[in-house]
Amino acid sequence: MSPNDSKTTPDDIHVDLDAEFKASNIQELLDQLDRELIGLKPVKTRIRETAALLLVDRVRQKMGLTAGAPSLHMCFTGNPGTGKTTVAMRMGEILKRLGYVREGHLVTVTRDDLVGQYIGHTAPKTKEVIKKAMGGVLFIDEAYYLYKPENERDYGAESIEILLQVMENNRDDLVVILAGYKDRMDKFFHSNPGMRSRVAHHIDFPDYSPSELLSIAKLMLASQNYRLSPEGEKAFGEYIKLRMKLEHFANARSVRNALDRARLRQANRLFLGAKKNLSKTDLMTLEAEDILASRVFKEGALDLDGDEGADHSA
Amino acid sequence: MMTNQGNRVTQGQFSFLPDLTDAQITAQIKYALSKGWASSVEYTDDPHPRNTYWEMFGNPMFDLKDPAGILMEINNCRKTFPNHYIRVIAFSAVRGVESVTMSYIVNRPKKEPGFGLVRQETDGRTMRYTIHSYATDKPEGERY
Repeated sequence: MSPNDSKTTPDDIHVDLDAEFKASNIQELLDQLDRELIGLKPVKTRIRETAALLLVDRVRQKMGLTAGAPSLHMCFTGNPGTGKTTVAMRMGEILKRLGYVREGHLVTVTRDDLVGQYIGHTAPKTKEVIKKAMGGVLFIDEAYYLYKPENERDYGAESIEILLQVMENNRDDLVVILAGYKDRMDKFFHSNPGMRSRVAHHIDFPDYSPSELLSIAKLMLASQNYRLSPEGEKAFGEYIKLRMKLEHFANARSVRNALDRARLRQANRLFLGAKKNLSKTDLMTLEAEDILASRVFKEGALDLDGDEGADHSA
Repeated sequence: MMTNQGNRVTQGQFSFLPDLTDAQITAQIKYALSKGWASSVEYTDDPHPRNTYWEMFGNPMFDLKDPAGILMEINNCRKTFPNHYIRVIAFSAVRGVESVTMSYIVNRPKKEPGFGLVRQETDGRTMRYTIHSYATDKPEGERY
């Protein structure tokens, strides 16, 4: 059965959607996503929907029902540390598995990589980045910096212009993902309505709950061959609750920073400790005391050594 | 005797074949990318076979993963110079090679007038022979 021509395809031919689904390995991909990304319900829902759409599209194509390739440009908004960049990294691989992009690599850029410094510098720079991203995903972090309304002669607008054109004309060559904090992205779209209408998917990343943050912490530690002792886990749960009330809380990024500091304290504890003959378990385990030494517990203040996960440079 | 009907310029790869289609060009670029060669687009309106250094259309494209970007640049060049010769070259940066490894024409003028034989009489009764493109009688930019 190879009905490629819509004119010759009779209406009563059936396609087994289940078989197609199994053949595409999409379930495996979604399961992996569930395992490795904690929380993020809206994101997973959207990826599932996209997967379904692309699968149905493929089946439709077999039946000779053609439609234009769907636009998959996306916008990720959310607070600091909610996993926007992490998901974008995955997106390339996901879209490749779904057969939407050819290569599935991710090119991460910020304003500096797109906007030039003098007249005539911006267009070639932007185009070079676009060419590199073709066949994959172009991830523009903090996209709102592209547009600076206070400076009329800013070259950012030129870059946006080129991006818009490519997003429209080369839709099946690359996927553009914009990311940034919610309020500023809204402002950015407000002043660039063309951009808003070309980005079909707006995904908001919710903040994590304390229990989700604890699971994230465990996942992060596991990937670095560490683990929390039962008491350590309880202490870290407490730490997260206290830390969330303090300023500059940046979700998973704050967790990562806290874990890095805990590793530091663990190393120090092992070094100063009486026990010089260490087992593998000793080296792997973070104890409650490593966590409880944080200033968050003692004084209700931030640790000094660089706990600034949140970007407060604005 | 006319072995090259239509006076088609034959230099680089595939030049004795009919013009490459975009799909064929994409396949060639893909091959170059798979080898890690950097492609670039060049153009000229001087068809002399010893004219090796053509004008560059933009910078060479390094670190690309997909042929679409290069094809886009080819099409830009075709739009800018519809009646020039345009070729794509692939550069290998491998130590010891460090030179162009592929070169093929992707666009040519609609009408190629061909070459004439020029005879020059020198010392004694010695004859020197050279070829001369009819197109280059006109100034650059107005040849085709």
